Amino acid sequence: MDPAAVGHLLAFSLYEGLAFGFIAIGVYLTFRVIAFPDLTVDGSYVLGAAVAAVLIVVGVNPFLATLAALGAGMCAGLATSLLNTKLKIPALLASILVMVGLYSINLRIMGRPSLSLLRKVTIFSLASQLPGLETRLVYQLVVAGVLAVIVFFILNWFLRTEIGLALRATGDNEQMVRGAGVDTDKTTILGVSIANGLVALSGGVVAQAQCFADVNMGIGMIIIGLASVIIGEALFRPKGVARLLLAVLGGTFVYRLVLSLALRSKLMSVGDLKLITAVIVIIALAVPYLQKRIRREWLPPAPRW
Amino acid sequence: MIAPMSENSSLLKLKRISKVFSKGTVDEVRALDKIDLNVAVEDYITVIGSNGAGKTTLLNIIAGVYPPESGEIMLNGRNITKLSEYRCAEFVGRVYQDPHVGTAAKMSIEENMAMALLRGQPRGLRVATNKQRRELFRIALAPLGLGLENRLNALVGTLSGGQRQALALVMSTLSNPAILLLDEHIATLDPRTAQIVLDLTDMIVKREKMTAIMVTHNMEMALHHGNRLIMMHKGRIVVDMNQEQRADLSIQDLVVAFERASGEEFVDDSVLLRPGNVVGVSDL
Repeated sequence: MDPAAVGHLLAFSLYEGLAFGFIAIGVYLTFRVIAFPDLTVDGSYVLGAAVAAVLIVVGVNPFLATLAALGAGMCAGLATSLLNTKLKIPALLASILVMVGLYSINLRIMGRPSLSLLRKVTIFSLASQLPGLETRLVYQLVVAGVLAVIVFFILNWFLRTEIGLALRATGDNEQMVRGAGVDTDKTTILGVSIANGLVALSGGVVAQAQCFADVNMGIGMIIIGLASVIIGEALFRPKGVARLLLAVLGGTFVYRLVLSLALRSKLMSVGDLKLITAVIVIIALAVPYLQKRIRREWLPPAPRW
Repeated sequence: MIAPMSENSSLLKLKRISKVFSKGTVDEVRALDKIDLNVAVEDYITVIGSNGAGKTTLLNIIAGVYPPESGEIMLNGRNITKLSEYRCAEFVGRVYQDPHVGTAAKMSIEENMAMALLRGQPRGLRVATNKQRRELFRIALAPLGLGLENRLNALVGTLSGGQRQALALVMSTLSNPAILLLDEHIATLDPRTAQIVLDLTDMIVKREKMTAIMVTHNMEMALHHGNRLIMMHKGRIVVDMNQEQRADLSIQDLVVAFERASGEEFVDDSVLLRPGNVVGVSDL
């Protein structure tokens, strides 16, 4: 591989790591921070893409359209968390219900299975007009980078505020949080909503980058996010909010890089990606268990929910 | 506190509180049976009773974990019967038997304390820990003598059970709640740590002039701590003694008092045959 190709591969993986990194941060927020196994992701990712695409097609400012994607995703998270907190439907089931329902909603929003954004004004086409950002890879990197920096700083601040602290404590010890006078229903709702807002933001950005939105583009996104989180935690072993967020972004980058390399090797095709991802997650989840088996430590039975 | 500090000024009033679990099934349990309890300001009540007597249910009812089947709970003249747990937290500090329940393992000591500091207050978008608050946390932790004040950034999961329980105790009193509930909070600690945490409890209750209810299985502890003793049996309060009434009491007297009040043989060995109690008898 010549240096230019290596550089291109790294830069492309970095862009993907940032754009898909929002999904990983969302998954990290639900699975790790508030301990809410949320599968809404597959639906809310497409929801973000659909909302952004439709608004851009009718000529809405692309930045507003991207914000609207974020807002729509938050609504999806709101639906899931309300099913869980107010109707006491288990988190996993509640999120699957919303995910399935969102498929129809996404089709309704777009009016057709796929929507093209070619020759429309997107955040990327606007950025490409700036001096020095003419190359596709450069403007993709810059746009995704700026968004990632904004999200990073907001979350790094928010998770250390009084409300953010209550959110984190909810996933750690719900009893303690209620004892401290916080309604854990509200923190759960807030956390799941923010997480799905970020996932939908990713959908809105990716749709603009690839110039189309497709109703099936979300399949397996939850596993991709989970794989990124697991890789980031395993590689960087982060401590503290800021490093955790960076580790999750880093994990997404590494995951994307591995996938790109696997595709270049011509051993597998694009269609094999989902299986590879699933296998990565299975290995990542199985290894700690098998290590304990070898050390003959006692292990509780696997949770059913 | 504007209320007069006289002995009779009532802080918490339980009026004919009943709580039934699994109502209408064969497992129906009357955990609390028309309980009346008046807790005065600065009362430090110890509660004893056999398993299933309703001690923990009593604390849960006060803390708003679940509402009573019937009856009324008044705190400072305000009806709090139907307030949920997180709303009651404004008035109630609580330390549980299990040190893991009162603290969050994956968060640092200062983050745990910031959670506790804001009990009952609206939470906003200020960063939760700052220089001023850290200073406050250090001052609150220093009397423990455990060195936690120098480890504010340590994750609570890295502390021992005793350290976590001491931290939980400080956290439960940090926001100056109207009433402190202690649910066998030293039962799982080793004897030495248990003594330290118990001494700390007495110290904090005294220093902050707190009103407290402490559930215990240890008769010696029940006799020698606090200023009032309650014995529960089958969901009722069968003995209620103030400082003077229990002053010359031995554990044997306590058993007799129990038998007379409940009108049946006192057969639960678990209360009597604890090592701590045997020591207590020789002390008396």
